[in-house]
Amino acid sequence: MAPHTKLVGLLAFVLLVVSVPRGATVALLALLALAVGVLVATRVPARHVLPRLAVEVPFAVFALLLPFVAVGPRVALGPFTVSQPGLEAAGALLLKGTCGVVAAVAFAVTTRPRDLVRALQHLKVPDPLVAIASFMVRYVDVVGDQVRRMRVARASRGFRATSVRAWPTLAAGTGALFIRSYERGERVHLAMVSRGWSGRMPVTAPLRAGAREWALALSPALAAAVVSVAVRAL
Amino acid sequence: MSVPVLDLRGVAYAYPGGHQALFGVDLHVHRGERVALLGPNGAGKTTLVLHLNGILTPGAGTVTVSGLPVTDDALLEIRRRVGIVFQDPDDQLFMPTVRDDVAFGPANLGLRGAELDARVTEALHLVGVGDLADRPPHHLSFGQRRRVAIATVLAMRPEVLVLDEPSSNLDPASRRELAGILRSLDVTVLMVTHDLPYAVELCERSVVLSEGTVVADGATREVLADAHLMARHRLELPVGFSI
Repeated sequence: MAPHTKLVGLLAFVLLVVSVPRGATVALLALLALAVGVLVATRVPARHVLPRLAVEVPFAVFALLLPFVAVGPRVALGPFTVSQPGLEAAGALLLKGTCGVVAAVAFAVTTRPRDLVRALQHLKVPDPLVAIASFMVRYVDVVGDQVRRMRVARASRGFRATSVRAWPTLAAGTGALFIRSYERGERVHLAMVSRGWSGRMPVTAPLRAGAREWALALSPALAAAVVSVAVRAL
Repeated sequence: MSVPVLDLRGVAYAYPGGHQALFGVDLHVHRGERVALLGPNGAGKTTLVLHLNGILTPGAGTVTVSGLPVTDDALLEIRRRVGIVFQDPDDQLFMPTVRDDVAFGPANLGLRGAELDARVTEALHLVGVGDLADRPPHHLSFGQRRRVAIATVLAMRPEVLVLDEPSSNLDPASRRELAGILRSLDVTVLMVTHDLPYAVELCERSVVLSEGTVVADGATREVLADAHLMARHRLELPVGFSI
């Protein structure tokens, strides 16, 4: 599928899921099932998918704390007494968050980083932002390698980060990394200018998508829209 | 005689900080030549290279590329004619995939669609890496990255290929393969290098730059056989290597 249709579909789906009123647990469960269905339909093995779902953990922790710290009428939940609005909010937060994460992971596991950049460019995201995203895709591993080499160089001279006293060394290393990356940026700029760059990233591989592809990409968002409207109407 | 591809007359340059790097350099490179630019570190070789495509503008003197003076109005055409391959391929290859990177230059020249694709394929085949088009540069070996870096410039169909230390960091096999590729290309080459045997192997002519001036210009073997000149400008052949 064309990456830009997926990106628009994902964004619309997430926004519409958020717009569902928080009491509508059944509706949210249905949308979550839909998102999981999409993720399963990608046929990407679970061992690739599951680690990526871990992004949600901090949100889940926050959601689980909510019933205990929120104010309002209390209800009994097993051995605890918890806040009723807190419980509702936590449930809605968890469901909506999971919907978003599941849908985003479905997007992420089926889209190459390069295609994400092309999609952003196609959707007329401002050029500097697209260029930054593109350079990040390209250089994250290069900088990562540099970090590893610096760590090996430190360790080879007997350095171990065991206490606060190691912090100045780590800070100096981070500073050096920043300077090196900055200098690399200057050299990359030189290489770009030398090949006729004049301020705009050229579109070298334009994206195209037919009506059917758009329809498929937007179908989860459409379902979410129907649910959101229906919950409000009923 | 024909119009030189590169014609530098009295090029002098001082960096904004005041450090004078070039003191009136004269250099002519004719079509089809392969010329080595030799010199110790700090001789001004990189500064000179940056003058060839208008990144730096000489404080005095002129740079002309196939009859076209390097001026602000002509920069895009100058940069098409002069293809610079920088030393670190990780600086040269900045796009997410090899294909995007090779397409970058010709796309800046206005090529699109099938014409652009054909250019990319042609350039990759010239350096023998046609099968790497959809790979991210990070997943290539260093030798492959060096070749792709050359392809990114060849895709602009330059009149002169300027290579900054083309053999650096290459293992002996990659170094030899690259020499074969450079010899197979039908393009004028100016090669900045410390690798003197490589200069002997590839370039019939050598120019020695030292402290911002041209101190020798002639047949590579003759230049490198001049022991006095070599010693004075910190140039040395590897131990055991003789001309």
